[in-house]
Amino acid sequence: MWFIKLIGKLKFTGFVCFFIFVIFFFGPLLNLLLLAFSGEWQYPDRLPSEWSLTWWTFVLQNDAIISSIWLSFLIATIVTLISLLICIPAAYAFARIQFPLRRFFLFSFLLTNAFPKMGLYVSIAVLFYQLNLMNTFVGIVLIHLINTLMYMTWIPSAAFENVHRSQEESARDVGASPLKVFWHITLPMAKPGIIVASVFTFLSSLNEAEGTFLVGIPDYRTMPVIMYSIIADYPSTAGSVFSVILTLPTILLLVAARKFVGAESFANGFKLK
Amino acid sequence: MSIQLSVEGLSKIYQTGEGVRDISIEVAKGELVTLLGPSGCGKTTVLRSVGGFVDPSEGIIRIGDRDVTNVVPEKRPSAMVFQSYNLWPHMTVYDNLAFSLKLKKKKKSFITERVDWALNLVHLTGSEKKYPSELSGGQQQRIALARALLLEPEVLLLDEPFSALDAKLRHELREELREIQAEQNLTMLFVTHDQEEALSISDRIVVMNRGKIEQVAQPYEIYHKPASLFVAQFIGRMNFIKGYAQPDGIRIDQLIFPNERGLIGEVAVGIRPEDVKLSEGKPSIEAKVAKIMMLGHYVEVTLHTIFGQLKMFIDKNEINTVELGRIVHVTLTRIQSFQDSNENYLERNEAYATI
Repeated sequence: MWFIKLIGKLKFTGFVCFFIFVIFFFGPLLNLLLLAFSGEWQYPDRLPSEWSLTWWTFVLQNDAIISSIWLSFLIATIVTLISLLICIPAAYAFARIQFPLRRFFLFSFLLTNAFPKMGLYVSIAVLFYQLNLMNTFVGIVLIHLINTLMYMTWIPSAAFENVHRSQEESARDVGASPLKVFWHITLPMAKPGIIVASVFTFLSSLNEAEGTFLVGIPDYRTMPVIMYSIIADYPSTAGSVFSVILTLPTILLLVAARKFVGAESFANGFKLK
Repeated sequence: MSIQLSVEGLSKIYQTGEGVRDISIEVAKGELVTLLGPSGCGKTTVLRSVGGFVDPSEGIIRIGDRDVTNVVPEKRPSAMVFQSYNLWPHMTVYDNLAFSLKLKKKKKSFITERVDWALNLVHLTGSEKKYPSELSGGQQQRIALARALLLEPEVLLLDEPFSALDAKLRHELREELREIQAEQNLTMLFVTHDQEEALSISDRIVVMNRGKIEQVAQPYEIYHKPASLFVAQFIGRMNFIKGYAQPDGIRIDQLIFPNERGLIGEVAVGIRPEDVKLSEGKPSIEAKVAKIMMLGHYVEVTLHTIFGQLKMFIDKNEINTVELGRIVHVTLTRIQSFQDSNENYLERNEAYATI
């Protein structure tokens, strides 16, 4: 074919692969977006036959939904701050101190992802009942922390490892105490990694549904939990409106942090050392 | 001259059994002393102990009149330049330099003035706003040096500061460092594994091997009168051949040399290539010219003799006096002899042959 000859076989294959990728990646998103703004959309039609903002007004005027949005953002913020407090010192320890079973402990942060989440949550729920943590704010935060510890330890730990010892030592040498060295040298140098980890943490908390559902019901309903019931109870349009709202902060955060969210920062976080 | 830095009986043994034992060094004010040795000889351990980054197991370190053995690095009147990764990449050159002054809460006008002074000293005026990543390796090391100088250290410590740079730049910076040192009357302890670097910049050299001091002397003496076989082998080029020591002298074939050290039996004899001379008269050594290499201002000639290979340096203008494959007669104007076991001697001879 003439156009294959024109651009070369390899390039053509690359182009096709890219095209397939784009369809797979953006297709569902586009469909979601169309659905969110459609009034009526029957099967054979390629596009909605009627456009409408009905479900947007429904979602945005429903108090339960609005409060769930606020709750989600509040929880995500608190979870991010707490994991920062817990994990930054841990990450620094993993990067700098050689202690027995260091790799084992670092690896253990992955374990929470190795089991089916629901099974894990159910067994945690048993524990939470005994501790009276069911249906509490603290309980939800704890459940979210289980998922975010991994990001917050692995990525900053790699970032700390990239700070050379002689860079810290020369700061000591010019008169900075260990605490000042950490504050003025080590922490700012590891900042990109920490920001990346914070973004992941925030988003993962924002999108967490299973654990929140189990622990928070009936009083604490976050966005993803509400979305489940909306998808179950209302037409699919309502669900897609909600999905768009849920996707929005993700996109905004990633764009804001794209300076730091390089493939390199991410890959560095998951190097086994 | 007053003693600015004194290290007394310093020992630091690591869990692996390596380390340094019983090191004593004194550095006078305004003196540049080099710690020289192969990698793993403990020279960096000594330097880091002085800087406060290694806790010595034993010994006392004094800077000026003060015992600083147990003082933390930030409180020591020393400044250190590391081999690499000296600078903080998230700060501009200005901030890198001003960091120590800001910690001391100096006035801004004072800081600017001092940073200007330091940058001028290392010939990098006007680079305040650059980030370290925008500088070349040599420039980065210069900034590191400037930052150390801003501390007005009583002792400046340098840990192979130029070893990551290419040869030409290394020479340039070496000269510059020597100039700054003389100008500011700095007391310096310099670590290197490069014997040429040590010979060229030091007032005195401390040669170390396996955690111990082999010799402390001025560069000329280190080269001219190496105190041990190790020093002889490590510093400069040296031929090693077997000799036989008797009370009346050391015999090499027909040649007899004075036995200054009173050695007995088989000895290792070291001869600098420039001390091998062509000779017509007797007694002399018969040698066959095996290789001729023009090396700029001198010529390296490889000779085969009955006791092995000999390297000889001759002036470039004398290149026509030797011819490949011809038999020549040489004499040795100066030798160094060392008592050493036969085994060791052979091992070292081989080591030399591979150079």
